[in-house]
Amino acid sequence: MTKRMPLAERMKKPGNKTLSERKASSLKRKNALIGYTFILPNFLGFAIFILIPVVFTLVLSVMKWDGFTAMEFVGLRNFETIFTDYRFSSAFWKTLLYVVFSVVLTLLASLGLACALNKKIAGRDAFRAAIFFPYVASMIAIGAVWKQLFEQSYGPINSFLRGIGISNPPGWFASTDWAIWGVIIVSIWKFMGYYMLIYLAGLQDIPVQLYEAATLDGATGPQRFFRITLPMLTPSTFFVFIMLTINSFKSFDLIFALTEGGPGISTTLLANYIYDQTFKYWNYGSSAAASVVLFVIVLAVTVIQFRGEKKFTDYL
Amino acid sequence: MMIEKRSPVKTALIYIMLAALTIITLLPLVWMLSASFKLSTEVFTFPIRWIPETFHWENYVTIWQKIPLALFTFNSFKLSVIITIIQLLTSSFAAYGFSKCRFPGRNGLFLAYIATIAIPWQVYMLPQYIMMQKMHLIDTHLAIILLQSFTAFGVFLLRQFYISIPNELLEAARIDGLSEYSTFARIVLPLTKPAMATLTIMSFVTVWNDYMGPMIYFNSERTKTIQLGIRMFIGQYSAEYGLIMATSVMAILPVLVVFLAFQRFFVEGIASSGLKG
Repeated sequence: MTKRMPLAERMKKPGNKTLSERKASSLKRKNALIGYTFILPNFLGFAIFILIPVVFTLVLSVMKWDGFTAMEFVGLRNFETIFTDYRFSSAFWKTLLYVVFSVVLTLLASLGLACALNKKIAGRDAFRAAIFFPYVASMIAIGAVWKQLFEQSYGPINSFLRGIGISNPPGWFASTDWAIWGVIIVSIWKFMGYYMLIYLAGLQDIPVQLYEAATLDGATGPQRFFRITLPMLTPSTFFVFIMLTINSFKSFDLIFALTEGGPGISTTLLANYIYDQTFKYWNYGSSAAASVVLFVIVLAVTVIQFRGEKKFTDYL
Repeated sequence: MMIEKRSPVKTALIYIMLAALTIITLLPLVWMLSASFKLSTEVFTFPIRWIPETFHWENYVTIWQKIPLALFTFNSFKLSVIITIIQLLTSSFAAYGFSKCRFPGRNGLFLAYIATIAIPWQVYMLPQYIMMQKMHLIDTHLAIILLQSFTAFGVFLLRQFYISIPNELLEAARIDGLSEYSTFARIVLPLTKPAMATLTIMSFVTVWNDYMGPMIYFNSERTKTIQLGIRMFIGQYSAEYGLIMATSVMAILPVLVVFLAFQRFFVEGIASSGLKG
């Protein structure tokens, strides 16, 4: 004899639903379907033209392939190849140098500008627009100009340096030691306006009362900056820091326009190395392996920054 | 309210500093404009003459004759406009899905979008190229349109704006019988005009200024863009700097016009994009 479950219990069994539950779940399914239709047009293009290529890069990094014949699995040999390539190690260290200095200096410049342009002064909007404009100017167009400004013997920058008593100013883009610093300076000029805007938004969110209370308590200007402004700006700083880091690793146009990676390979960064391997030497294996290295570095740095942000805000 | 009165000396100091910074920032652009009126031989004379001795207006005529600059400019406009429109449509749709609809896998999918923002473009440049080769799209505008129309950044930017729209507002619209699609079109879209303006300008400027994409994909004069045109005076005519600068001014002019026209939107749009939510 089979035991019959009481009706109420049977209803609770998964799969059997009450009428209202069934209605709710069909509504849910309908809503989910509507949700998918919103995503779909963008997701299709995104999946085909970005996600699949990313995965394909991972695959290619362990393959030997000339683009026509069948692929051949070669394990980590592509990585061995690039790790023994002096151009790769040079690009690797130059990238780190470039990222560290351009991130820190651009961050400081944009923070300083934002604080100065947050004050109620006449012509504020004009100043902001002027500082921001380099961000939208074409790098290829402006690159030729910067090359002239940094010209070794007669350029205005070195003329100025000589004028203030530096008898032997740097060779900038003509010197393997100085070229990367020229690139860093131009990158600060180009990007500080953009991050200034993000800082300005952060500054506007700080309640005025905090400053009023601090002033009543006799806090000095620097104290107000370090005890109120800076801590309150932590979310902005975090965002600026991450975006700057990611974008610095991507820098290509800037270097291409200024130095094309030279003189020698002194300003060839990882992005340029990958480009050269792909479109100059048609070396798919090395290109993909170097891409994976770049990918892992950016990912690792981003994750560390997210962790750091958590600790930092906890501490505050 | 003013917290404390700043001394006039301090105010003056701030002005001097800001003015100096602004001049330094704009100096390269002034140099470009000045050089665009010079002969190639004059561009290199030092010390720099900021105001050319004689204005060689003919540079601005020559550039249109020596290279098919009109065609290049048209190509740049075409790509920028088409990609911007596709981005606006698909990104705003997807951003609504990610911020206001519930469906399984939503957060995982969004994470994939975010993650690709962090991936440098060079990482997947090669597979994209192979893909375009297999589709026989090398040296066609369609290649760049397909590759640049579906950025994660556009979705991310708009979503940041959409999550600040209160759900109660949408709930009210749904109760009034609006479908999800008309809620989007009639409530959300009108409310986020600044966001759309921001994405419009960002996308337009990015495509307009892009050099690497066109350099990789466009080989023939028929497909080239204005940014490639600037570099043509280097190879083909042994670096005619006066012409390079005149072309550069032409390349920056549309961006300057768009930027000045939408400056308010743009500045506020970017500023609020990163931090909300």
